[in-house]
Amino acid sequence: MIKGKVHKYGDNVNTDEIIPARYLNTTDHEELGAHCMEDIDAEFVNKVRPGDIIVAGLNFGCGSSREHAPIAIKAAGVSCVIAKTFARIFYRNSINIGLPILECPEAVDGINAGDEIEVDLDTGRITNLTTGRSFQAKPFPPFMQQLITAGGLINYAREVTGNR
Amino acid sequence: MGQTITQKILAAHCGRAEVEPGELINAKIDLALGNDITAPIAIEEFEKIGAADVFDRTKIALVPDHSTPNKDIKSAQLVKRMREFARKHDIVNFFEIGQMGIEHTLIPDKGLVAPGDLVIGADSHTCTYGAVGAFSSGVGSTDLAAAMALGEVWLKVPEAIKFVYFGKLQKWVSGKDLILHTIGRIGVDGALYSTMEFAGETIRELPIAGRFTMCNMAIEAGGKNGIMEPDEKTLEYVKQRAMRPCRVYESDPDAVYKEVIEIDCRELDPQVSFPHLPENAKPISQVGEIRIDQAVIGSCTNGRIEDLREAASVLRGRKVHRDVRLIIIPGTQEIYLQAVREGLAEDFVRAGAAFSTPTCGPCLGGHMGVLADGERAVATTNRNFVGRMGHVKSEVYLSNPAVAAASAVLGRIASPEELE
Ligand code: SF4
Repeated sequence: MIKGKVHKYGDNVNTDEIIPARYLNTTDHEELGAHCMEDIDAEFVNKVRPGDIIVAGLNFGCGSSREHAPIAIKAAGVSCVIAKTFARIFYRNSINIGLPILECPEAVDGINAGDEIEVDLDTGRITNLTTGRSFQAKPFPPFMQQLITAGGLINYAREVTGNR
Repeated sequence: MGQTITQKILAAHCGRAEVEPGELINAKIDLALGNDITAPIAIEEFEKIGAADVFDRTKIALVPDHSTPNKDIKSAQLVKRMREFARKHDIVNFFEIGQMGIEHTLIPDKGLVAPGDLVIGADSHTCTYGAVGAFSSGVGSTDLAAAMALGEVWLKVPEAIKFVYFGKLQKWVSGKDLILHTIGRIGVDGALYSTMEFAGETIRELPIAGRFTMCNMAIEAGGKNGIMEPDEKTLEYVKQRAMRPCRVYESDPDAVYKEVIEIDCRELDPQVSFPHLPENAKPISQVGEIRIDQAVIGSCTNGRIEDLREAASVLRGRKVHRDVRLIIIPGTQEIYLQAVREGLAEDFVRAGAAFSTPTCGPCLGGHMGVLADGERAVATTNRNFVGRMGHVKSEVYLSNPAVAAASAVLGRIASPEELE
């Protein structure tokens, strides 16, 4: 169970906003986390507390394939991202590195910045503790569940190569 | 039920006769690609897997193109890590400075993709290679790491949208204008998770360069891949480059599409996409008076020899406006050499442009033309997001090479027609 305060953004938040290209000369997770969301919300890194949740509109994470984007979000302490839809490479990157993400348009409309929410990743249940409303996100297809259970793609690949 | 070209390629790579949209498959890959930004993370992850070696040293391409020639010490460290990995695993397709080009221009020109291939790359514009009838899609660094170890990738079979273009293009209208107009119509998430299949008589008339430009920007509409059925032009292009047999797939007449969109190209003007999304496309006639500080011609979208010829035809005998910096970047060393041979390089320098060695450079605001606070650029690149070319308060307008060249001369976004 995940619990945290909400930071809310609109549609089409892109990877250049999540982590600008000027910081792509490093792979250091902490350093990437320190610049997370800098070009869309310069205050974000000062406001965010471990466990907080990002809620956003359509097509979150569009743009480049940089895995630095979900890495920066995870390293900034964010526990989960809920959006109406995700851009496809961001979606697979998040699953591959183990950043929980959920698609749930109703929840996005029913949650405001600053709300306290609770997310049950097993069931996809999202509860807004501030308003008392709750929402049901789409569950992961079985293969992705398998990847998540394995602890991401690297662990999965380790199992496969180990078995060979 | 009929299958699309994309379904057929995916099925062939997971040993099946057919696949259906929505299915998750593990597919064998013909090529896995990484660059100096994404490969270092992939290499770290690859090492965590603990595989003794890569699955096939001939089927991996590593291209240091984003921050090279190394723009700072940190970038130099990243490229060094990549180079060491390439040497250790004897990666055949590692392209050093001097051989290097922008990955999506270099890879097909080197013959590393052929019709029917399945290619993944840790770079979102990997979708470019659909122009030769391959399935190619951008993934992340962890995907690249697993692919380098296993030779496989997990994929969800996408639904497809078919775009049918008809009518003859007007003089200064090219593949770039077709794709900007298309994204303007469907929006930056208009093809989310889907295949964009480009078809119709206009596409058959389009040169290979313009086809690459179109498939390159499928990701700007959220697409998983852009693809075109191979024809004589494709086979002619591939024949001179790829030294191996290929498989030509075509969509069945009864293939299923989520949507079919017809686009009349007869009256289409050159397009300009306004900040800060590629979907903000307008015909050049509606742009109005927009002064610029910089113009960039290059990138994986428009850095091919055809693009440089188009720019040179506008610039020849003219001067870049005194308030504008014009930066021209060929996609590969071969293109650079060709531009020198044809005298284009001289046209550029005489016009007052900077003519650079291949690099992504300003396209992602890395180096070689970063914008300051409040500055405006017209660029033949593919993204105009907030801060993409530099300062968060700078602006990027996307266009084709002829419009960028004419704008550089006139100091404001303008049609080449104004110079005729
Ligand atoms: S030219 Fe631009 S879009 Fe193309 S690969 Fe380089 S940074 Fe990416």
